[in-house]
Amino acid sequence: MFLQGYLPGILEGARLTLEVSAVSLAVSVVLGLFGAMCRLSPNRPIAWLADIYSTVVRGVPDLVWMFILFFGGQMVINDLAAYFGAEAPQINSFIAGTLTIGFIFGAYMTETFRGAILAVPKGQIEAGLAYGMSPRRVFFRITVPQMIRFALPGFSNNWLVLVKTTALVSVIGLPDMMYQADNAKSATQLPFTVYMVVAGMYLVITTISIVLLDRLQKRYTLGTREAEL
Amino acid sequence: MIDMHLVLEKLPGFFGGTDGAPAMSTTDGLILTLELLSASLLTGLCMAIPMGIAIVSKNPWLRWPVWLFTYLFRGTPMLVQLFIIYYGLSQFDWIRDSWAWEYLQSAYVCAILAFSLNTAAYTTEIVAGQIRNTHWGEIEAAKAMGMSRALMFRRIILPSALRRALPSYSNEVVMMLQGTSIAGLVTLADLTGVARRIYSESYQVFEPFLTAGAIYLTLTFLIVMLFKQLERRWLAYLAPRKH
Repeated sequence: MFLQGYLPGILEGARLTLEVSAVSLAVSVVLGLFGAMCRLSPNRPIAWLADIYSTVVRGVPDLVWMFILFFGGQMVINDLAAYFGAEAPQINSFIAGTLTIGFIFGAYMTETFRGAILAVPKGQIEAGLAYGMSPRRVFFRITVPQMIRFALPGFSNNWLVLVKTTALVSVIGLPDMMYQADNAKSATQLPFTVYMVVAGMYLVITTISIVLLDRLQKRYTLGTREAEL
Repeated sequence: MIDMHLVLEKLPGFFGGTDGAPAMSTTDGLILTLELLSASLLTGLCMAIPMGIAIVSKNPWLRWPVWLFTYLFRGTPMLVQLFIIYYGLSQFDWIRDSWAWEYLQSAYVCAILAFSLNTAAYTTEIVAGQIRNTHWGEIEAAKAMGMSRALMFRRIILPSALRRALPSYSNEVVMMLQGTSIAGLVTLADLTGVARRIYSESYQVFEPFLTAGAIYLTLTFLIVMLFKQLERRWLAYLAPRKH
């Protein structure tokens, strides 16, 4: 039997990898939009804070963040629980993992979205304001729909990097593909085969992503004019 | 709160010291991280330039293998690549019996090998992208001067493409710096590895990992500053005019 029956475990891990990726992506998009709004805010301290967020997060390795936020978060919760005399709840590693990755990629998304927002012509926003829309409504009705086209290339890139970064969540105990592969490796004594299967699964995920995102990009650039040489 | 005594007490550990021994007495921590980074970047760059030329070639026998290489290495996590090399190769008896096994069983060599191949794949795409971006007029002019393909690459295309690759390459260098942090997962004591060692000894999270994070952040700033200088020197002709 191929891999002595460990293949279903790895496929199960692939599902978790996808789930972690998808939830982290959602977190990072929310943080990224919020971060981009803050970075472009006329309020100096807010813009400055968002700048620090995106710079510091992008300057420290994912793995280090994962240790800080996961182990550190548990420690803070333990301390708080001890302070209030309650029993410390164990952090759910799925939530911790997705929040951590979302937090990290929120910083990359902040930069992607900031660039995209700046690429939307000023006149569009001014027109929205002239119609009497509130700044928030202008942001969601005018800016966001038009910035998607400019944000897509960076967004696709971030998504591909994010999927590959989820390989690190096994260090905080989430049973993703890498975790399952570790088990299978020890049991089957076929480390090469096991990790090649995992690599193949990642390749399938990234390839499908590239195809789908390419289509999306085509959809969102419909009707735009390109200069030809 | 953060215990500054613990931070200061353990700080030499990040610069190659062990408990009781002064800093720089081993290559742990910063030195190992920088060694891994520079060795892989250098090897990766040396591989990437010929591969970048090959991938823009019209010859499918040159283009195809390189395309496959970059596709495979950019489509999978570097951690998987590292594990395939470090754990995976032991599956084959003929590798274990060969002369190379002496090197391939060391985590240090495996890490440099995995990181080099990974950065080579990304750098190849950066180089190829800039070669394709070369202005057609320059290439036509070179052809009109009767330059051979090799001479054209050496004198016209590469000098300008490699300069224009600097900004993207600085991103790649920063990404590789962060990427080396996974070396700690195969027993190496790089910056992250040292932080993990201190964590397991002291059961304190913030002190070791924030220290490691601060060192990485400083290195990132230094790299970005270095590349700004290089760009000012090598890309001066593309800067907006100042007068």
